Amino acid sequence: MSKKMQITLNVNGTRHELLAEPRTLLIHVLRENLGITGPHIGCETSHCGACTILMNERSIKSCTVFAAQADGAEITTIEGLGTPDSLHPLQEAFREHHGLQCGFCTPGMITRAAQLLKENPDPTEEEVRFGMAGNLCRCTGYQNIVKAVLAAASEINTAKEAAQ
Amino acid sequence: MIPAAFEYYRPDDLQGALALLHEHGDEARVVAGGHSLIPMMKLRMAEVPHLIDLQAIDALRGITVDGNRITLGAMVTQEEIIAHEGLATLVPILREAALQIADPQVRAMGTVGGNVANGDPGNDMPGLMQCLGATFHVTGPDAAREIEARDFYEAAYMTAREDDEILTAVSFDAPNGGQSYQKQKRKIGDYATAAAAVILTREGEHCTGASIAMTNLSDVPVWAEAAGEALIGTDCGEDAVIAAINAMQEAIDPTEDNRGPVAFKRHTAGIILARAIARAWSRA
Ligand SMILES: Cc1cc2nc3c(=O)[nH]c(=O)nc-3n(C[C@H](O)[C@H](O)[C@H](O)COP(=O)(O)OP(=O)(O)OC[C@H]3O[C@@H](n4cnc5c(N)ncnc54)[C@H](O)[C@@H]3O)c2cc1C
Ligand code: FES
Ligand code: FES
Repeated sequence: MSKKMQITLNVNGTRHELLAEPRTLLIHVLRENLGITGPHIGCETSHCGACTILMNERSIKSCTVFAAQADGAEITTIEGLGTPDSLHPLQEAFREHHGLQCGFCTPGMITRAAQLLKENPDPTEEEVRFGMAGNLCRCTGYQNIVKAVLAAASEINTAKEAAQ
Repeated sequence: MIPAAFEYYRPDDLQGALALLHEHGDEARVVAGGHSLIPMMKLRMAEVPHLIDLQAIDALRGITVDGNRITLGAMVTQEEIIAHEGLATLVPILREAALQIADPQVRAMGTVGGNVANGDPGNDMPGLMQCLGATFHVTGPDAAREIEARDFYEAAYMTAREDDEILTAVSFDAPNGGQSYQKQKRKIGDYATAAAAVILTREGEHCTGASIAMTNLSDVPVWAEAAGEALIGTDCGEDAVIAAINAMQEAIDPTEDNRGPVAFKRHTAGIILARAIARAWSRA
């Protein structure tokens, strides 16, 4: 055991201070220390994307970041994107278009898609597939995931136009 | 998948990082994006009692374009390269290659410095940098020096960088001519079965200059000088391409692994090089 260090994380707008060994993976801090269990552990080897979160406005795999590296970071998880009463357009679209079956990959998928749409608000199907290539799904065959992301994009864009 | 324990440091300048490296010697390593090092630490194939995080060192960041000279700070991520408009016009091969590395989440963390310093034959940037004739800038406890990308790689995970040196930047001239990075992989996000970086200049129907480098076909990246020479003066037609492929085959030394037997890798290397030459030529 090495010494624990003081770590500060801003997760979904709430500041957390905790003690953790530097080697603790960020996904474990989120799930075990903070009880934020939206991000999942699929492979733990940086391949599946189930652990995807936003860190300082970049999509990253939280199984391949040490807690120590994340000290001071701004983090958004699926819990920060919508609430059961007020779903994020992506959450709504995944439900509407059957973008999930078992749901294990879904938090990572939606969190990644949220950042993709920020960077590219009106993507083509090909751009969605390429931009979601770091997220694996064992159930859906991806078709409905892609449909859901495209539908959410047009929903968000329509809402934006209406607001203007 | 929990690595051995380590002490963590986040110095905010290069001198601080160098002092820590010097103090802890063999027991210390720097971490950039961590997307090669952390997997190795999790598998306990790398043990790093003292981990020095470079993320707070501003001097290692930033993309500079000075006339024709391009400098990438070691901590520039693959994502930043892809998003940079100036680079996309000046050195399209850089963006083309970066887009073929891993997946979006990995590219958000992975850095140029980490990719070229790592020494893994599977990394794509080393071959690309050899093709571009890039210079690597390293700083040690006493002095800074420059090492040519073509002289940097000694064996798998063995490079000309000393353990107490930090790679600070990579620089190169924006190349003239047509460029292409072609890569064969088993699936998106995979390392190359074979990849080729090609830059060609042409006057009319004649090739006037050629630089060719191959990835993951030896324990180091391979700058295939003779393969480039085989194209110079030709029209880059079928015979010239075959001559270049034959010269490239002399320079590579693939080994059998889960990406296939040697004969398959050689076959793939030939196809990928032909494709890269054709693309580069059409863009020249
Ligand atoms: C799923 C997955 C797929 C991948 N696919 C590819 C691929 O197709 N092609 C590819 O090229 N790469 C691939 N990678 C590797 C990825 O691009 C890495 O990010 C990159 O190789 C290393 O960069 P890093 O910043 O993460 O370095 P780190 O992992 O932090 O460091 C790697 C090594 O370099 C040393 N180092 C880092 N920075 C410096 C410096 N400034 N000075 C001195 N030494 C330094 C470290 O001490 C360490 O030994 C993949 C990774 C994953 C997880
Ligand atoms: S759990 Fe992190 S990528 Fe699979
Ligand atoms: S819905 Fe089951 S893994 Fe994607």
